[in-house]
Amino acid sequence: MKRKLYDLAHSRAGDKGNTLTLSLIPYRAEDYELLRTLVTADVVKNHMRDIIAGDVIRYELPNLPALQFVCQQALTGGVTTSLTMDTHGKSLSYALLEMEIGD
Amino acid sequence: MKERIRIGCGAGFSGDRLEPAVMLVQQGQLDYLVLECLAERTIALAQKRKRQDPTKGYDPLLERRIESLLPHLLANNVRLITNMGAANPLAAAEKICGIARRLNLPITVAAVTGDDVFDQLSGDETALETGKPLTDSGPLISANAYLGSDAILPALATSASIIITGRVADPSLFVSPLVHEFGWSLDEADQIGQGTVIGHLLECAGQLTGGYFADPGRKNVPDMAHLGHPFADVSRDGAAVFGKVAGTGGHLSVATAKEQLLYEVMDPSRYITPDVIADFTQVRLTESGPNQVSASGGRGQTRPDTLKVSIGYEAGYIGEGEISYAGSNALGRAQLAGSIIQERLQERFTDLRIDYIGSTSVHRTNFGNYPDPYEIRLRVAGKATTAQQAALVGEEVEALYTNGPAGGGGARKYIHEVVGIVSTLLPRLKATSHVTVLHA
Repeated sequence: MKRKLYDLAHSRAGDKGNTLTLSLIPYRAEDYELLRTLVTADVVKNHMRDIIAGDVIRYELPNLPALQFVCQQALTGGVTTSLTMDTHGKSLSYALLEMEIGD
Repeated sequence: MKERIRIGCGAGFSGDRLEPAVMLVQQGQLDYLVLECLAERTIALAQKRKRQDPTKGYDPLLERRIESLLPHLLANNVRLITNMGAANPLAAAEKICGIARRLNLPITVAAVTGDDVFDQLSGDETALETGKPLTDSGPLISANAYLGSDAILPALATSASIIITGRVADPSLFVSPLVHEFGWSLDEADQIGQGTVIGHLLECAGQLTGGYFADPGRKNVPDMAHLGHPFADVSRDGAAVFGKVAGTGGHLSVATAKEQLLYEVMDPSRYITPDVIADFTQVRLTESGPNQVSASGGRGQTRPDTLKVSIGYEAGYIGEGEISYAGSNALGRAQLAGSIIQERLQERFTDLRIDYIGSTSVHRTNFGNYPDPYEIRLRVAGKATTAQQAALVGEEVEALYTNGPAGGGGARKYIHEVVGIVSTLLPRLKATSHVTVLHA
């Protein structure tokens, strides 16, 4: 069964220059392992290939539990000089949550 | 010495609401109120205002915030720490004293300066973002170092009831009163790391208490029109319990705290501030009551030897134009309009962007999942070296009225002057902070 990340987790986007940060926080702690297994840095990079030009690094925070993705070259130059509407990439948390997982 | 203090955060950015801070001071039983109002680009814009008028360059909302807060700060014996000094903390302190005299409220204000390191830089320093010399980015406007708690502590040691700074690291606005009240050592990295966790959770104000969190039906937040901003009760050992004023709107939970803990964090084991390299990986958040969350487990390593410096530069202009299409084939007509603009402007703009608002404008894709919307707004943006060149974008979009596809409406055009930001690292010793005390 395919499920959207939106149904399992919530997320907040942040920005540092041209780097996008995305948290992925399961609503239920027991879904953390599922997310940790399926939502790898490579999977996120592929899902957001139209958005993220650089590398994606994933950090695991089992105590919260949550995952944190740091996405390089994802904000078309960064907050101050980008021509995009959402220069901070603040709306991109919901781009991550569009991802479908499972079969 | 106190065993526990309460610090509230009444603003998380320059344009934040005014009344949550008043509510915190009136009813929050605070010891300290922090207002964090300085984004990366804000200080460069403030520097430009200061150049035009040496008595300006502080936060544009300073007067309104201070006028609404001052009587309540004094009546409730709450000290205010804020970075609303922006590019000109001394002028901000003078302005606050002027307001105090007008309201007949005697106060002492301490201004923290020394973050302006423009004269310390040659311009040949390497920009972290580009790997090239700073001056390659464009004409430089401003350079401000992120000062830490050590710069604020001497101000807290005075009798000032308002401490006004320029650029300091956001968490340091909160760490400094903890160090001051509890006599913590800045060398105790684990303790300062926990203080930094507390500061990071508070620094965006409403983002901890349900702001920027709500998604109706999934993440419900009550009464957001009257969102309460947060405070933390911090004990001498660093234990922290977060809350908000009873009766205010919003919602504080482990879920809201998790989103804020990770907000803008790169490596969670190395969150770098001028005070410490904080480690968030062992942080534990627990709900200790309704709208009450405890945070523990922040740790840290010794502070870095360098300070981050944020540099503003002139980055030209951006011209924008927008026009809407609705009804059958709205996207098709908008795309036709976009291709017309592309053809007419591509020779004159090396950096031109065409967006379809309602479809792919903010995510640059819709993941192929969504049907065509009923209405679409075409938006065109181009980078220009002059204001005149930038104006062409809006003019071309407006001209679609009589020369473009059927049914275009609501054209708008804008020109923005652009200030870019790059950063570099400066040896800590090159930035010397000062405290100036003024009385009203």
